[in-house]
Amino acid sequence: MNLYAVKAIYIFEMSRFFRTFMQSFISPVISTSLYFVVFGAAIGSRIDTVGGVSYGAFIVPGLIMLSVMTQATSNASFGIYFPKFIGTINELLSAPVSFFEIVLGYVGAAATKALFIGTVILVTAHFFVDITIAHPLAVVAFLLLTCLSFALLGFILGIWAQSFDQVQLIPLLVITPLVFLGGSFYSVTMLPPVWQTVTMFNPVFYLISGFRWAFFGMADVPIGVSLLAISLFTGACLAVIWWIFKTGWRLKS
Amino acid sequence: MDAIVRVSEVQKTYEGGFEALKSVSLEIGEGEILALLGPNGAGKTTLISIICGIVTPSAGQVTVGGHDIARDYRAARRLIGLVPQEINLEPFEKVMNSVRFSRGLFGKPRDDAKLEKILRQLSLWDKRDARIKELSGGMKRRVLIAKALSHEPRVLFLDEPSAGVDVELRRDMWEIVRGLKAQGVTIILTTHYIEEAEEIADRVGVISGGEILLVKEKDALMAQMGRKELRIELQDPVSAVPEALAGFDLAVGPDGASLIYSYDTKGERTGITKLLGGLAAEGLVLKDVSTSQSSLEDIFVGLVEEAR
Repeated sequence: MNLYAVKAIYIFEMSRFFRTFMQSFISPVISTSLYFVVFGAAIGSRIDTVGGVSYGAFIVPGLIMLSVMTQATSNASFGIYFPKFIGTINELLSAPVSFFEIVLGYVGAAATKALFIGTVILVTAHFFVDITIAHPLAVVAFLLLTCLSFALLGFILGIWAQSFDQVQLIPLLVITPLVFLGGSFYSVTMLPPVWQTVTMFNPVFYLISGFRWAFFGMADVPIGVSLLAISLFTGACLAVIWWIFKTGWRLKS
Repeated sequence: MDAIVRVSEVQKTYEGGFEALKSVSLEIGEGEILALLGPNGAGKTTLISIICGIVTPSAGQVTVGGHDIARDYRAARRLIGLVPQEINLEPFEKVMNSVRFSRGLFGKPRDDAKLEKILRQLSLWDKRDARIKELSGGMKRRVLIAKALSHEPRVLFLDEPSAGVDVELRRDMWEIVRGLKAQGVTIILTTHYIEEAEEIADRVGVISGGEILLVKEKDALMAQMGRKELRIELQDPVSAVPEALAGFDLAVGPDGASLIYSYDTKGERTGITKLLGGLAAEGLVLKDVSTSQSSLEDIFVGLVEEAR
């Protein structure tokens, strides 16, 4: 195992993050505060509780998931797309590194960035609402798994993308709507029966439900189903990446 | 000479059907400098890219230091450094970080003292904290060389290293190449500047249309294929080669003020003595005499045109 290479990729990617640290830090703080003002105060004042949890606290897991999923995906996709765009990917392809080591470096860095932002949102949320976490270890585990799996997805998108527009396409047009429609700001039981059925086809719904269970001990679907969903998703992403490196798809000619 | 790079019957056909390499075989000896000459689209970069692992060959086998580049890619790639033709660098990164990244990527522990030596050699030490986007084109190329040398490769590929480079950098670069050769590093360079190959290479390979036309010791190649010209300046111009001298390979120079005699340096007799005697017999008075040897460029152009 070429651990020096993993470390080199990880440090190189993290240095990009630290170059824009204030931007990376302030942006989630402001957007989270705005969500609390709009959803927590303006709308939340009209909603009493959801499953015994105050509305302000109820939306915290969804808010964290929204940022973590989009940040993990964007960071990982940009991380691997940029070397493709400027041509430095050739150095990576000619280096004595395996696909696993490349993924570990890029996905590890993207997941770390998303984890940092998720933590910032959680801390910010504490200034607006009282949150008692029911299963702290499960929160950490779900957060880590989500960061990892969506960074893997982002890595795939970065290899697939052939323009900066395409890099932005999936996070903006697919992930954000799925998170919004996956119960970030409401319980699925609040929807009409038809939409409840439609929601069941949204994979993100299971992740938000599981994360909410870790926070409050209550969820729309059993925790086992949520775990199965995120495990399947992670496995599928790993399988696709393995195939990409085996065939050199969009990497080698 | 032990071969450090062995290329056996390597073929490459790109998607869309373009055949970039047609069964190329080549052996590169340890510690030698091989210059690969060829026109644009000859297959030079494809061949280098295959050896370095950037392009997958359609058929054939390549070993570096005895390690198969596909099966034992880690061991093979650790030995290789590549200075690419294009200036591909992360623009927002600092010079030192970029070079440090390359060293780590090739599996070497951090060693800033070693990197300092390389950066000083390339006159980059003062720029170590500069962002790459702030550097000139020549400086960026120096960074590419520093990155390729950062992990102390045993085989160094320089793909068109002189393209767009000023005289100073070219001189520095060849100084470094000579130093690396002295340390036993094998160097393969592709170039359009034939005088560079002439000056620095031990062997010359000519590639055209995806085929290696020849690989030979440079000196032997020039001696074998080189033609010499004897230019005879005349006191009084002539309009044509005198009939009595028709047996010689003679041509009349510009304005008839000179005669140019082509001869083979390897021939048993050059015919010069006989020619000079003939000129005297014809009553021609000589003003000056000079000789010139055909360059590698002439040989290269001749070979490529022949292949077409």
